[in-house]
Amino acid sequence: MASLNLSLKKMSRTSRRNYLTYGLVILAYIILQVMHGSLSSSLKGMLVPICAYVVMAVSLNLTVGILGELSLGHAGFMSVGAFTGVIASTCFQSLIPFAPLRLALGMAAGAACAALAGFLIGIPVLRLKGDYLAIVTLAFGEIIKSIFTNLYVGLDSSGLHMSILEDKTNLAEGGKLIIGGPMGMGGIEKISTFTAGFLLILVTLVVVFNLVNSRAGRAIMAVRDNRIAAESIGVNVTKYKMLAFVTSAALAGAAGALFAMNYSTIVAAKFDFNTSILVLVFVVLGGLGNMLGSIVAAAVLTILPEALRQFADYRMLVYAIVLILVMLATNNPVLRGYLDRAKSVFTGKRGKKEAA
Amino acid sequence: MNFLNFLISGISLGSIYAIIALGYTMVYGIAKMLNFAHGDVIMVGAYICFFASSSFHLPPALGILAAIAVCTVLGMTVERLAYKPLRQAPSLAVLITAIGVSYFLQNSALLLWSSTPKMFPAFFVLKGTAADGAETVRNSLQLFDGQLTISFVTIVTILTCVVIMAGLTAFINHTKMGKAMRACSEDKGAAQLMGINVDGTISMTFAIGSGLAAVAGVLLCSAYPTLVPTTGSMPGIKAFTAAVFGGIGSIPGAFLGGLLLGVIETFAKAYISMQLSDAIVFAVLIIVLLVKPVGLLGRQISEKV
Amino acid sequence: MFSKLVPVPSGSLIPDRDIGKSPILECINLGITFGGLKAVEDFNLTIGRTEIAGLIGPNGAGKTTVFNLLTKVYQPTKGTILLDGHDTHGMDTIKVNRAGIARTFQNIRLFQDLSVEDNVKTAMDNQMTYNMWTGIFRLPSFWKEEKTAHDRALELLSIFNMEDLAKVRSGSLPYGAQRRLEIVRALATNPSLLLLDEPAAGMNPSETAELMENIRKIRDTFQIAVLLIEHDMNLVMNICEGICVLNFGRIIAKGSPADIQANPAVIEAYLGKQKEA
Repeated sequence: MASLNLSLKKMSRTSRRNYLTYGLVILAYIILQVMHGSLSSSLKGMLVPICAYVVMAVSLNLTVGILGELSLGHAGFMSVGAFTGVIASTCFQSLIPFAPLRLALGMAAGAACAALAGFLIGIPVLRLKGDYLAIVTLAFGEIIKSIFTNLYVGLDSSGLHMSILEDKTNLAEGGKLIIGGPMGMGGIEKISTFTAGFLLILVTLVVVFNLVNSRAGRAIMAVRDNRIAAESIGVNVTKYKMLAFVTSAALAGAAGALFAMNYSTIVAAKFDFNTSILVLVFVVLGGLGNMLGSIVAAAVLTILPEALRQFADYRMLVYAIVLILVMLATNNPVLRGYLDRAKSVFTGKRGKKEAA
Repeated sequence: MNFLNFLISGISLGSIYAIIALGYTMVYGIAKMLNFAHGDVIMVGAYICFFASSSFHLPPALGILAAIAVCTVLGMTVERLAYKPLRQAPSLAVLITAIGVSYFLQNSALLLWSSTPKMFPAFFVLKGTAADGAETVRNSLQLFDGQLTISFVTIVTILTCVVIMAGLTAFINHTKMGKAMRACSEDKGAAQLMGINVDGTISMTFAIGSGLAAVAGVLLCSAYPTLVPTTGSMPGIKAFTAAVFGGIGSIPGAFLGGLLLGVIETFAKAYISMQLSDAIVFAVLIIVLLVKPVGLLGRQISEKV
Repeated sequence: MFSKLVPVPSGSLIPDRDIGKSPILECINLGITFGGLKAVEDFNLTIGRTEIAGLIGPNGAGKTTVFNLLTKVYQPTKGTILLDGHDTHGMDTIKVNRAGIARTFQNIRLFQDLSVEDNVKTAMDNQMTYNMWTGIFRLPSFWKEEKTAHDRALELLSIFNMEDLAKVRSGSLPYGAQRRLEIVRALATNPSLLLLDEPAAGMNPSETAELMENIRKIRDTFQIAVLLIEHDMNLVMNICEGICVLNFGRIIAKGSPADIQANPAVIEAYLGKQKEA
């Protein structure tokens, strides 16, 4: 016990917070598993989407909080992951009877394709600055939405068939249309599970935390804090920006695959600008660079509209007002002063305790 | 002749984008914020004008004036209540607040006016009497033996845009308020030290931008008469794109960006693909930014080392 | 036997001990124009392996521009820069740093939200070899290289007695400590030429005295050359072996501290022309 205490003390503040995050996520999973019988069916149905949004928020926080670039098209990567993930898992349907493995393969395929998309969009994005960068990510999200809305992909005995604008897949007998243009994907196997979502969150946290606390993370944050100084000490700015951007896209892709395979049908319009904004709201409310904050914000704000059901038609209005008030309150200098003081009292006391 | 038809309707659509983009770009230039609620002000303007003429039976001109007045007040109120307290806050906080305001406006509209589409009345028509005494309604001009059809809405839209552009340029360059705006966009601190009322100037900017949004709302719904609470969203995003396309913060840039975007979108719809037109528009934007990273008429600001 | 000897260019400031070794830096007719304005022109300078050299001149003379040219923040429009005998033409800031030039900035540019230690470690990125996956999976080479970097960071920080501040957020350091941290960070890239842009700005006399000691210590310990821009004449005259005076983008004098102090052109540049009696 004493040695554990010592090693906890030796640990830096960041790694302490990282372990706290892991711990809370695992605890939440255990509690929800134990309570599973008593959860309402609507909440049960939201467990997988919550996991997907948590991964989306953490991965976007890597771009916005750690890299410091505003992205308005994160749902685009989710979309790429969702569509390619479903295609991949459908292709393996007969080959691999074990559903969780198919799900994992789907998420891996989604992550890989989203990473590729991230790389391609990263080329123009990383040449730009600030709001110009933001608009390109927005444009990318809209382009992806348009393409998937007009894409037809089918699978039959002779393999995958693809066409755009019109259904020219000409599937053979027994073939299956996976993506049906504006109709989206139908007849998806619902193989996503809460446990899979939980594991994806853990993987995401390991990737993000370990990346941030390594030479790559330092370099990425250095570029964020001062690009010119980073160049002056030989940090390859483009490489590290790309690395953060692609990692963020890949994780979003995995989240998209998880999300899609929780529903039997899904359309490309689901992953639109509003979804990107929704995830951005999680990140900003949770705090830039604060992964635990992102997780909590994503979970709470996904449940909130459901919890506001008693307000019926007013719930989105209430949501909007809550959002504005929270932003005003957290950025109010007077309130901020109180918060900081409360924080310092808290940490000060804790410091004394440690000394004693 | 088809080409000319498409070009004219492209310029018309572009004019609407340009008017909205002017609001985006002015607010960005002076308050340095992306006002994502701007698109929803368009929607509010259109609804006000709709009810002014359908419920209160006001003539179109008064309806438009009512829309401008309501949107101006709305813009200033939103600025005062939601954005002003965040002047020192990080830009992301302001962005999220703007998104909150956008949700607020959309959902208020949904509650007040329901999601049932409203058919916007046709304002820009010529009523006449035919030889047999029956009333005729003309909504377009036929040229070259009917080969070229230009609707009155199109003509009004293009003319309005030109007038607004000319008026705004004159206002910015030749009035005291315009000078104050230019000063604020360069350096708010220095402007304040020179005795410029920065808060008043920003408020004025929101007023002008929102008034323009009301005009754009009426023109938009005259051309595409289906009015729902989310009417403003997509034109808002497109106009934002147009503002960036031309170089955000630049007034001639917003004008040029809006027109080009409208023309590209119309041509893409006509000649390439109806469904993929949005994708094409955004792809052109990405290509333009690759070549000119600050937009067509944007200013490159390099950091001093 | 003496074939390796490099002839010393005229006007060189190279101290005796560096003679016989090739210079670390040679600028030949270096110049840059900004839209017709010649910001720096005909800049010729040679710096010895272990020399401490000063670059002085009135405000706006083009001193920082010279630094920006050397580090390729600006690409020179004229002339050549030879670093350790190699032409840096076509290199960017990152490559120049890897070739051996490190700098500090007049307006401090730290990675504000990183800790003091992480600021220094970031500068060691070019000496680390483990890749992204090694970092994510925490493979042995991650731990090994991170340990090395940590030890070296503390060692470098100890030059300025800053080891205790290692965990502090760099943006919350006092001004003088921020300037010192910038020097440590630059040193961490293993440079052969260190460029210091007004290192003593904002420091009080005792801090400045300490800084002078430390600049000498850095030169002696690492055997590198230092080129510094400074307005504090006490510091410049005390530690610089050679001084180069710039005015309106041109070199108006070069020489030892004593030469410079007596040079009428320098006095004129600083104090203005005296009316003839």
